[in-house]
Order: sequence, then C-alpha cells, then structure tokens
Amino acid sequence: MKDIDKSFKKDTETDFPLREEMRPRKVTTPDGQVIDIDPLQDYFCQEPPKVHRKSYSAIVEGFYNWARANSLWILGFGTGCGAIEMRPLMTPRFDAYRYGIQWRPTPRQSNLLVISGYLSVKTLKRAIRAYEQMPQPKYVVGLGSCTINGGMYWDSYNTIKKLDEYLPVDLYIAGCMPRPEALLAGLMDLKKLIRKGEAEGANRYAENFDWYKANQKSVIKDWDMPDYSW
Amino acid sequence: MSFEWIHVAYAALTLFIVINYGMIMTALVRKIGARVSGRYGIPIWQNYIDLAKNIALRSKVTHGAMFYLGPVFRLTGGVGLLLFVPTIYGSVMHQNFSYAGDLILALYFVFFGTLGMALGAGESGHPHAAIGVSRGLAQVTTAELPLALAVYALSLQYQTIDITEIVAAQQGSLFNWTLFTNPLATVAALFGLVGTMMRSPFDVVMAPQEIPIGPPTEYHSSYLALMQTNRVLFPVAKVVIFMNLFFGGATNWAEFAVKAFAIYMIPVLIGVVNPRFRVEQSIRFFLKWGLPVGILAIVTV
Repeated sequence: MKDIDKSFKKDTETDFPLREEMRPRKVTTPDGQVIDIDPLQDYFCQEPPKVHRKSYSAIVEGFYNWARANSLWILGFGTGCGAIEMRPLMTPRFDAYRYGIQWRPTPRQSNLLVISGYLSVKTLKRAIRAYEQMPQPKYVVGLGSCTINGGMYWDSYNTIKKLDEYLPVDLYIAGCMPRPEALLAGLMDLKKLIRKGEAEGANRYAENFDWYKANQKSVIKDWDMPDYSW
Repeated sequence: MSFEWIHVAYAALTLFIVINYGMIMTALVRKIGARVSGRYGIPIWQNYIDLAKNIALRSKVTHGAMFYLGPVFRLTGGVGLLLFVPTIYGSVMHQNFSYAGDLILALYFVFFGTLGMALGAGESGHPHAAIGVSRGLAQVTTAELPLALAVYALSLQYQTIDITEIVAAQQGSLFNWTLFTNPLATVAALFGLVGTMMRSPFDVVMAPQEIPIGPPTEYHSSYLALMQTNRVLFPVAKVVIFMNLFFGGATNWAEFAVKAFAIYMIPVLIGVVNPRFRVEQSIRFFLKWGLPVGILAIVTV
C-alpha cells in the first residue's frame, strides 16, 4: 500500500529551482546599505525538532494532561470533504465548545490538526508546514478513510494514501464521511488518550524525523521549503 | 496618602480578586452569548483551563527580546491601570496606590499596553501582526480622543484630577453620578470604551477571519498565557475607571461586581448586533460622532 506508483514518485531527474522568494539575493536597505539575504538561512530555523521530555513529577504531568485534554484548540485548516463535517461542531446542534474544544486561526496557538479527508500532495506541503509550526505537544487526527488507506482515492496520481507515513497520527476516525457525531466521539477518545499521556505524536515525529522527512520528500515533487519550519 | 508596606499586600489582594472576577465574568459573558444562540457554551472555568494548558505547552519559540517584552508590557498596562486607581471607594484595603494626579496616569496606562504590544508583535515578523498593529494604533488613537476630552471635561467640572475626589463628589444620590450631572461627557467617554474593547464593530485589529488574529498571531504557550491574563484583567481595569468616573464608583465588592458587569455589557451588546467596521470607517466614525460630542462636553461644562 506504499505510494510507489511511478507517476507518483518524486522526479529525481529534473532539477526543481527554488521559488523566487526563497533564492539568495542582495537587498538595498532604506538607508542605502546593500545586504545579502539567504531566506532559507535567515528566515527559517535549520535545527531539527527536539524531543521534549515529560514533566519530572507525575502529579504535575497528570495535571498538565488534564488541562491539555480539556482545552483542545483545533487549527482551522480543512482539507477534502471532511472540513464540512467540522463546522456543525460549532453550531447549537453539536456544540463542541462545551467540551473545551475551540478553533484557533493560527497554528501557533492550536494543539490539534484535523486532516479532514483526502490530502493531495500539494496540500500535504501546507499541512506539514502548519503541523511543524504548532507548539508541542500537538496532536493529529485523521478523519475519514482517505487518511487511513487512501479510501476512494486509492489509485489517485496525486493524493497520499497513509497519512501516518507523513505526519504522526494519534487517532483515526473511520468512515466516508464520518458524521459530526463520529468526529465528536473521536475527539472524546483523543481526550482520553491525552489524559493517559499516550498522545505523544510530536515526540514520535522528532525521534523519527529523518524517516518522516524521507517519506515526505519522496512524494513532494518540488520540495522548495526548509526541512523544518518552526 | 502615606506609604506602608502592607499596602503592597492589599494591592496584590485586589489584583487577585479582579483577575479571578475577570476570568469568571468573561466566561459568563461568552456563555450568555452561547445560550442566546442556542448553544450550551463553554464551561464557566474554561479560562482557567486554557491558561493552565498554555503554561503546560512544552515548546516555546522566541523571536527576540521585544517578543518577550510585548506581553509583559501589555500585562504591565493592565496591572498599572488597576493599581493606580481606587477599586473600592472608601476602603483602606482596596484603595490601591491612588494619589492626587492618578487620572492623568490612568489615561497613559490605557494606551501603554497597546504600545508595548506594537513593539512585541512587530518583532514577531509576521505580516498579519504588522497589519494588526498599524490598524490597532490608528483606531485606538482616534477612539481615545473623545475619552481624553471627556476626562478633561470631568476635571473641569470637579476641579480636580484625583479620581478619589471625583468618586467622593458623586456619592449620596443616584443623581450625583456624572452620568446625570454631565451626560455629554459620559457619552463621549463611552465612545472610547466601546472603541477600545476589541469587540465588534471595532474589532478589525484582531479580525479573526481576516488577518488570523492580528498582533498575537505568533504568540503561543507562556507568552499567550500572559496575554490571556491581561485580556481578562485589562477590560475590568478599564471598566473600574469608567465606574469611578461616571457611575458613582463602588463602595463594596458586591456593588463592584454588579456595576462592572453592567458596564462591560455595553460594548458586548453593541458588539453582538453590529458587523465589523473597516479601519477607515471606524476612524471616520470616531472623528465624526465621538469627537464633536467630546468637544460639546468641554464647551458646555
């Protein structure tokens, strides 16, 4: 079930140039000084992610996990058709706010990335960048069959099949499409995982960073971004 | 007022009470909003959990010294605003560090946090933060104009810049309140209150669906926790000033709770029925409607 289709794999023959805004260049500052800018060096961090240890005290970590579970902030980022199933959770019918689940507009302030459906290679790039910018601990939920095994997009030339090979998934919600009730039940299960301290996807990502990067780079044909963008 | 060390402990107690009051009250206001729209709403203690969660986050990314100092300045603005005006009139414990010229200092502290945030958000380097800051400074500057004029009208009316004396002059009867003795100044100041509360129609600074959330776009974990603390403290501190200047102050905590909630609901009620202004619309609004009322208040005092 690996993404080994010939048309799918990265083209290693052709040389993909960096995007224009990523190329090194000379810039004249307002006071006439000419400075060299290398965006990949200057604007992004070159360090790989670190494994963050748990708190030394089990009681403190337990309290933190309780707080994390009861204050889940979801990144308002939707891919595929599942994004439409997230919206009813904000409405009077399902009202996820009563469980401490809220939506945030920026990855810096969110803890949960819901990949809500099929993920095209083009969107995978953005999902990776959004995921890497979120502060630890962070969680990924794969919504729908497309994130589990490709679903109805199994032999598509442009969507990934197993999300877990590219981002560390904490929880899958099966279905095509799962109804909002299923999503809500899945989020309750995620809360239980967090309470137990088992949702350590961010550390898994840091430990197996090279493997994840190799997988990501093997499908993204024009890798024109830094290796790790916090 | 002579200084004694016990005043520090009293002021800390005031701060503690006001922060907890703000935590509960802002959650209650959100809950009321949810109930009106037919939802159950967040738990009443959700603000505490969010705060604990943000402190519990493990990775903290910094962008430099000003990035640290931005939330600190912002919180300093809120704490300073609260500590230099009397919270409970006539109480020794909650008189705080108010002194003869505290009205001018309070005006300064209302603006101080915004400036600190501008520096911090500027260093985060995010374009949305820069947009939010430029909008925020432009809008808050014009919203402050009617407020400043109303404050001058008040100091002319009462011939003092001491908030304690202004509160003392309003005691006795409901009709001694500035709300009734000088309604024009009250209306002008309410323009300032509604304009700086970051609520619709003047929330283009944050504009969640447009520029993700403006200045705090890059803020997370402990930095965000500091700003969350300020977000519950600062509106209440601002409301305390309005309560003291226009609504007769408060002589005990029960009166404080009721009045602060009532004044806080003014921008909330205006917010839920009005769509968002663009920044040039809101500037024009304050210059066209707020400023003339403020000038009238000064002329007729």
